[in-house]
Amino acid sequence: MKNGRRGFMGKAFGAVTGVGAVASLYAMKKTWDPLPSVRSAGFTTLDMSVYKENELVVEKWRGKPIFVLKQSAEMVAKQNEADKARNIVINGSHYVVCIGLCTHLGCIPGYDNKKESFLCACHGGMYDATGMVTKAPPPRGLDIPPFKIDGNKLVLGEEGPEYKKMVENGTTLRV
Amino acid sequence: MAHFTKATSVHDWVNQRLGIDTVRRVMATEYWIPKNINFLWAMGMVLAITFALLLVSGIFLLMYYQPNIHTAFDSVNYTIMREVEFGWLWRHIHGVAASVVFLVIYIHMFTGIYYGSYKKGREMIWISGMLLFVTFSAEAFSGYMLPWGQMSYWAGMVITNIFSLGGLHANGLVEWIRGDYVPAQAFLDRFFMLHVLLLPLAIIGLIGLHFGTLRIPHVNNQDGEEIDFEAEAKKYKSGNKAGSKVIAFANDFMSKDMFVVSIFLIFFFYLVFYHYDFAMDPVNFDPADGLKTPTHIYPEWYFLWSYEILRPFSTNVGLMAFGFAQVIFFLLPFLDKSPNAVPANRRGLFAVWFWAMLIDMIVLTAMGKVPPIEPYGTVGFFAALTFIGLWIVLPIITKLEKKA
Ligand code: FES
Repeated sequence: MKNGRRGFMGKAFGAVTGVGAVASLYAMKKTWDPLPSVRSAGFTTLDMSVYKENELVVEKWRGKPIFVLKQSAEMVAKQNEADKARNIVINGSHYVVCIGLCTHLGCIPGYDNKKESFLCACHGGMYDATGMVTKAPPPRGLDIPPFKIDGNKLVLGEEGPEYKKMVENGTTLRV
Repeated sequence: MAHFTKATSVHDWVNQRLGIDTVRRVMATEYWIPKNINFLWAMGMVLAITFALLLVSGIFLLMYYQPNIHTAFDSVNYTIMREVEFGWLWRHIHGVAASVVFLVIYIHMFTGIYYGSYKKGREMIWISGMLLFVTFSAEAFSGYMLPWGQMSYWAGMVITNIFSLGGLHANGLVEWIRGDYVPAQAFLDRFFMLHVLLLPLAIIGLIGLHFGTLRIPHVNNQDGEEIDFEAEAKKYKSGNKAGSKVIAFANDFMSKDMFVVSIFLIFFFYLVFYHYDFAMDPVNFDPADGLKTPTHIYPEWYFLWSYEILRPFSTNVGLMAFGFAQVIFFLLPFLDKSPNAVPANRRGLFAVWFWAMLIDMIVLTAMGKVPPIEPYGTVGFFAALTFIGLWIVLPIITKLEKKA
């Protein structure tokens, strides 16, 4: 009888501890999540009419560098279907807008406008002018940030229909 | 309650309450050390002293350091270096010790490997030591973040990106670790906490464990001889000090340990006063800039070999090779199938393995430092393959080894 009672107390203690442990782990996990203020600061609006053809401009969104590269007619002519799928067309002009962090380990690749390609000096990864990988180690092309076209403007951080289509057909991963 | 008598002295008063005579006997005067060990066995004490230096200098730096992304850089490079009197001294001690401690850890590790000090009952010594190595690595990395220079920022970016796990694209995990989309305030705060509280606490606990693991199997010796510590201790206590194979840790053995420590400290303070810059990366004297990557990113010298194992492969394979390099040393006691706990030079092929491993790691270190251009990429690739290959052949060659 005595042992039975002790066993019950042991089990009861175990159960209480288990619940407490899971609850505190949950709280600890949540504590390390990005703060709401960090999450909500994630919008940037770009005026697309200021960019010049084949000239890389680096903008900033969520602390990350954003590459904006307006494609010239010759550049578009050279592109295949997969490349073209990465273009954002606004008022007839083609733009490539992507997160300027190498998909390998996150260095910022540099753009060479004569070769029309990006080189990531960290481990030698290369991308073409639309941000597609042309040389490993990067596992995939530069990611495209969520965007919404708003007349002449581009709102980064909001998922417009064009962006959703890019995610669906696998042109970019959702970031 | 124990029986207390009127104390005859302060010592007696304390001893009745805390048993300090017993503690002293267990820890020092009757803690037995084999006689036939060389200066390489003093590295443990050298490490303990270096850790103490890190702790003390760290406490002084902590009084002026500010964990804020706008002020961190200046609090280190201006306030501590120029305003605080002798601030430079603490920083140089801290920086040099953080680098040198890894040199000594590597010597300590390779001594263990050479003499087979991880075998037959000494596995826990090796495993707890490897846990210390990993925790020290995390401590060094989190500390490297704090001055918030360019290398801090980009090392933080690159290393946390490893947790996206390549093809798995675990972006949520990376952002959870950083507390932001990029290394920012939340990141600096939590790495500050890790560096000054959680990891040092873990290190102190592990040092206690590492010392504890020595108690039962006792320390190995230069010939891998199995010593009957009780019988030898009896000889020693009966006055036959010359005939005994062991000596007391204190004060006998300590004198030798401390001699090595003092030589080390002369070298250490020479570095602190005249060559502190070897431990400071010039790139880290530019403040962090999230929109500009340094042209060439590399870690501190002590991480180069494992970084180089990651580099020559495509993402997923590279990450697997990197993971392999991180855990494989833990398994050494189980991959070495030979029961011989003798120096490598008496173990046939294992001696070749030992030197090949050491040289390969030096090659990897050198290749990790140079930019990723040919022929370095190819050399690094083959060195990485050699590293993996050596671990694969280890069980085979040690199985073939004759019993001693
Ligand atoms: S980070 Fe760009 S190639 Fe590795």
